[in-house]
Amino acid sequence: MDSLSAATAESFRLLFSGDAALWIIIFTSFSVSLRAILIAAPFAFVTAFLMAHLRYPGRRAMIAGFSALQSIPAVVVGLTVYLVLSRSGPLGDLQLLFTHSSMIIGQILLSFPLLVALSHAAFQAADRRVWETSITLGAKPYRAFLTLIHEIRFGLIAAFIAGFGRIIAEVGCSMMVGGNILGYTRNIPTAIALETTKGEFAQAIALGMVLLSMALLLNGMLSFFQGRGEMTA
Amino acid sequence: MKRFIANLILFLLLAAPLSFAGEQPLLRMATTTSTENSGLFTVIQPAFEKALDIKVHVIAVGTGKALELGRRGDVDVVLVHAKPAEEAFVAAGHGIARHEIMYNDFIIVGPADDPAGISGMQDAASAYARIAASATTVVSRGDDSGTHKKELALWRQAGIEPDGPWYRQVGQGMGKTLQIAGEMNACTLVDRGTWLAYRANNPLKLLVAGGADLKNTYGIIAVNPQRYPDVDYASVQRLIDWFTSPEARALIAGYRVAGEQLFYPVEN
Repeated sequence: MDSLSAATAESFRLLFSGDAALWIIIFTSFSVSLRAILIAAPFAFVTAFLMAHLRYPGRRAMIAGFSALQSIPAVVVGLTVYLVLSRSGPLGDLQLLFTHSSMIIGQILLSFPLLVALSHAAFQAADRRVWETSITLGAKPYRAFLTLIHEIRFGLIAAFIAGFGRIIAEVGCSMMVGGNILGYTRNIPTAIALETTKGEFAQAIALGMVLLSMALLLNGMLSFFQGRGEMTA
Repeated sequence: MKRFIANLILFLLLAAPLSFAGEQPLLRMATTTSTENSGLFTVIQPAFEKALDIKVHVIAVGTGKALELGRRGDVDVVLVHAKPAEEAFVAAGHGIARHEIMYNDFIIVGPADDPAGISGMQDAASAYARIAASATTVVSRGDDSGTHKKELALWRQAGIEPDGPWYRQVGQGMGKTLQIAGEMNACTLVDRGTWLAYRANNPLKLLVAGGADLKNTYGIIAVNPQRYPDVDYASVQRLIDWFTSPEARALIAGYRVAGEQLFYPVEN
């Protein structure tokens, strides 16, 4: 127990003394995952809107497909991205493996099905008359789309937060395509894995606390954005 | 989905130059978990990056994986420790030449009460024979790393096929394997560098050391630029020259954990 409490005390010291190595890791995590989610979300929302709005053959299958892909394992995405981006792979000439870009690509692929499925549920619950009224009142489709987005913003924000929560805490894909390079692609989850390996628990605990506070904060926000938790009157 | 793919391609175009911003040459080096876990790289990496004005991204994996990354062209240079595998790597044309840079030795660590009765032995193969006979728990790297290859060679030498509930392959790096062996109170083969760096937190004791078979030599190999023309071979060669320079030898020889030297530079 001595070593546990000592490591915990040391982890607080690391966090609040502005330890550069620790904060670079935290910064890397947020920078990579925010870029991934900001790229993925708009396209996911448009995809979800089209699935909810248009009628075309294979629509139901597509919805079911995105739903099923929500649970795709991170290591499978990691392996796929690795094989595609490896210098011997089809996109090897881009030399993206072991960079932020490869991690962002992996995280986009991980979060995209989740974003589509959750935002599709929000669009599905929206009132079609919002769209029709806007069009009738002379709005261009993109204005009508923005009105619709505004109507279901809480559902979309919830989807955004859930997607971000998935990728910020993900270790398998980041480790495989990022390479856990110190000061570059080492993020919070891969650093925790490595520091635990090395028996350096203080840094692992410090990073774990950041991740945990992040998760609690995100889920708190999630329930906030999901409304008052009452039925509509 | 079309939009998504278009987005992805656009993103690749935008992001690709970003990752190569900065004028310094960027090299990727795959090295073993033992050189990284022992802390050696925290000392020598700033030194060679400063001396050569090169940025090096270090990816720490087992020797087998490191050579595979080199074979696929995902790294520019490898620093590993499995001489037969390295020679095969060069012979197959994946790498240019192998330069030995430093060595230490492998040791067998195990429970303090030494149930196999191997304490003080030098010959690792006969120690393994006793371990197998007493069915003492053994934790094996099981990850095709240099240490794992050495361990398998020692079992072959002892004429034993390790199998049974006492033989556990964990598929982890050196540090993690040592930690697991400590938790399970088991024997494991470890390079002395990692052992010295980790033993403060580990209940195991050094049992077997000093045998001629236990020498552990680290070599550095440039990935063949003829196979991957975009390898910055000039920078790789400067890095290799640095590793065999007096400055590097002094730094490697001077690296100490708890007062003990972990690696011995090879004199050219």
